[in-house]
Amino acid sequence: MTEQITPNSNGQMPPGLQLEKVDDRIMTLNVGPQHPGSGHMRIIVKIDGDYIVNADPDPGYVHRGEEKMAEVRNYILNIPHLERPVIHDSCNILYPYVLGVEDLVGIEVSERAKYIRVIAAELNRCVYTQYWLAIYGIFLGHSTMFMWPAGDRELLIDLLEKMTGARVTHSYFVPGGVRNDVPPNFEEVCLRQVNYFEKRLKEYADIFYDNPILKARTEDTGVLSTHDAIRLGTTGSVLRASGVDFDIRKKEPYDVYEELDVHTNVLKDGDSYARSKIPWLDMLESCNIIRQALEKMPKSGSIRTKLKPNPKGGDEEVFRRVESGRGAAGMHIISKGQPQPYRLKISPGSFRNLIALPYLLKGEKLGNMPAVYWSLNYWPVEADR
Amino acid sequence: MSVIAPKFRLGYFLKAIIDNIFWVIILVTLIAIPAIQIVLFYMDLPVIEGELLTAFLAFTWLFDPTRQIPLIKSLINSDFFRIAAFPGFGFAALIAAGTIFVERKMLAKLQLRVGPFYCGKVEGLLQLAGDGLKLISKEIIIPAKADKPLFWVAPILFVGTAAAFVSLIPVAPGGWVVADLDVGLLAVFAVIGFFPIITILSAWSANSKFPFIGGIRALHQMVSFEIPLILSLLGVVILTGTLNLSEIVESQASFPWIIFMPIGAIVFFTAMLAELERIPFDLPEAESEIVAGWLTEFSGMMYGLVQLGSYVKLFAFAALFVTIFLGGWSGPIFWPPLDEQIITEGVPIPNFEGDPVLTINTPGLPLFDEDPNEWVQQKRGEIEFTSGQLFFSGTIWFILKTVAVIFFVLLPRGVFPRIRIDMLLHIGWYKLIGLAFVNIFIALGLLYAGVLGPEGFL
Repeated sequence: MTEQITPNSNGQMPPGLQLEKVDDRIMTLNVGPQHPGSGHMRIIVKIDGDYIVNADPDPGYVHRGEEKMAEVRNYILNIPHLERPVIHDSCNILYPYVLGVEDLVGIEVSERAKYIRVIAAELNRCVYTQYWLAIYGIFLGHSTMFMWPAGDRELLIDLLEKMTGARVTHSYFVPGGVRNDVPPNFEEVCLRQVNYFEKRLKEYADIFYDNPILKARTEDTGVLSTHDAIRLGTTGSVLRASGVDFDIRKKEPYDVYEELDVHTNVLKDGDSYARSKIPWLDMLESCNIIRQALEKMPKSGSIRTKLKPNPKGGDEEVFRRVESGRGAAGMHIISKGQPQPYRLKISPGSFRNLIALPYLLKGEKLGNMPAVYWSLNYWPVEADR
Repeated sequence: MSVIAPKFRLGYFLKAIIDNIFWVIILVTLIAIPAIQIVLFYMDLPVIEGELLTAFLAFTWLFDPTRQIPLIKSLINSDFFRIAAFPGFGFAALIAAGTIFVERKMLAKLQLRVGPFYCGKVEGLLQLAGDGLKLISKEIIIPAKADKPLFWVAPILFVGTAAAFVSLIPVAPGGWVVADLDVGLLAVFAVIGFFPIITILSAWSANSKFPFIGGIRALHQMVSFEIPLILSLLGVVILTGTLNLSEIVESQASFPWIIFMPIGAIVFFTAMLAELERIPFDLPEAESEIVAGWLTEFSGMMYGLVQLGSYVKLFAFAALFVTIFLGGWSGPIFWPPLDEQIITEGVPIPNFEGDPVLTINTPGLPLFDEDPNEWVQQKRGEIEFTSGQLFFSGTIWFILKTVAVIFFVLLPRGVFPRIRIDMLLHIGWYKLIGLAFVNIFIALGLLYAGVLGPEGFL
């Protein structure tokens, strides 16, 4: 019969023995902001051996006060700085603001301008997702998947440059339409480019999505059930990877999306692999939408309804949201009859997806951290606003 | 469309080569030749054979075969030359430098980009030299709480161990190996077993979290893959009955062992990738998880030394694969290309009086012949090949095979993502060890069936 060794009344062990505390086993890692595996943010990770026991995301390193800035600028001057949070997806992050201001001011947009907006928004979604995919590749140690999307993204950027005049920060959408018309031969150039891009996307499956090592690494890691996905308020690709058919383009169609045949991609697994595959499927779908929009677009017509100089809204509130590359992006504008908004609230998809991170990382291995973290389709700058 | 790289133009290419030659000539004329002249001018010159050894005389000796050949021959037979230059560290470092260049260009082609392009003008040939200069000129920063002696000595130990590994590899027939041991394979295992110790020492001494995790991962990985690595080579040892690497190569004169032991070769290759910490097994340096793993705190030339060591190690492992499975230096004699007249007559070399004192059957060969009269024996038909011919041909076969193996080691980097530590240990402990035992049973079966081995009919 063995005698059990217990600490005495002062909490001390017999000489030579020490009681192991929980804190002795746990190491705290600061992943970020100066870490190749984080964005402009920090994850405070506590690990026990190779297992993560607690993960605490700490965003806010790139907070710029966009919402406060919007209160002292008029509706037109707000356009260039509101697209700064996601310069890769600048059309989509600006879209709800432009729609909201149009509701406030009460102007109609011509049919051609609406189609041009849709084309620009879908191209921008592809540009953003390519960037995201490149980083997902290098986070998993796949350097070819870093270079291929980053290189193919250049072609789309060149196309957008022809269209809007700027490579990334387009400031293309204005209340009442778009800033300038597309170049004369745009339709055939765009069609050629999109077809080539779709061909390249299918090659990504061969090297990345069908790769057995990638599947073994990302399948069944960071599983987010349908119930949890809804409960945590995730959106966009994360929600659709968990089996919820939710796409603003289908649920609340804006501009001409209801005239286009938009197919929503839904996977049921809810793991990192599904979350990484949904944006890729969305890019293929974007190619379809662009082709449809090019076909249905009126060949000529007005592209911009003139606004009064320094437009004023009424005494009302408006909330509009669109499907951005990271999910539903909404803007809530409160107007008090001034030429600038009284209050502007941005509701980005990134921040809502980040909320799921601590739940997903708990109990995972440290090696799964980048695979789970970046599969959330999270852009740190957008979350900080 | 955006311009990614300038188009290839022959004129620019030739101009770049000529530019490089120009700079070499300028530097040699302005620096090297004056330096030699100054040294010769101020040196106290001895009197040899009644002649004052002037600079002119010294230069003429270099072109006198009767004096030059024995001089160089004694140099290349010295231990120092073998350790520092040819089968040893210098040769390995040269191939390592080539490996880095090929890796960068090959990956660039795979990823639809250009790779190093401007430095050195011709396809970025001097990029590595530029990187080396940058690393040398950078400050070496040591963490405040590091164990300084251990931290300093770790990169040097790493390179030293890699060099020790290289010194055990036989490159060409006729004893072209730094250390020709009877227990060569055991020595290889001993040297490989030293790497995890260095890794964990450096990781521990840095006193930092990310290197610590990287060091622990490297320790797990190297220890668990050493076992299949050793087991996969046992089949060859069973069949050859020797641990001497040179004898293992000689046993493959007619066929390489990979024909009978493909499973062992696959196991060895996989374990080799893990030992080298290359993708898909680069967990100890996993960038997105633990910064740079156990290399995180190294800066400047300390990092450069570790990188040099890891590429020398890559060469050594590839060379070991060639030695054990691909037949080492063995292959048909194809170099130097032999003219019939040169074989039968030889090329007589006269001295300054005009007497033909030396006859060289093929240029360069007398340097590497063990016995200077081998060409006479060859002419009489007593031996088939001179040892010089065997040396050249063997070295070329060895380099060709090693480069091919290195290519296959580099290739997964462009194709696979990184795997996880539990998957890695699962592969190491379950699959590879099982396959290694299958390989051993195949070898034993071949031995007892009397097919191969000392008593075998093949």
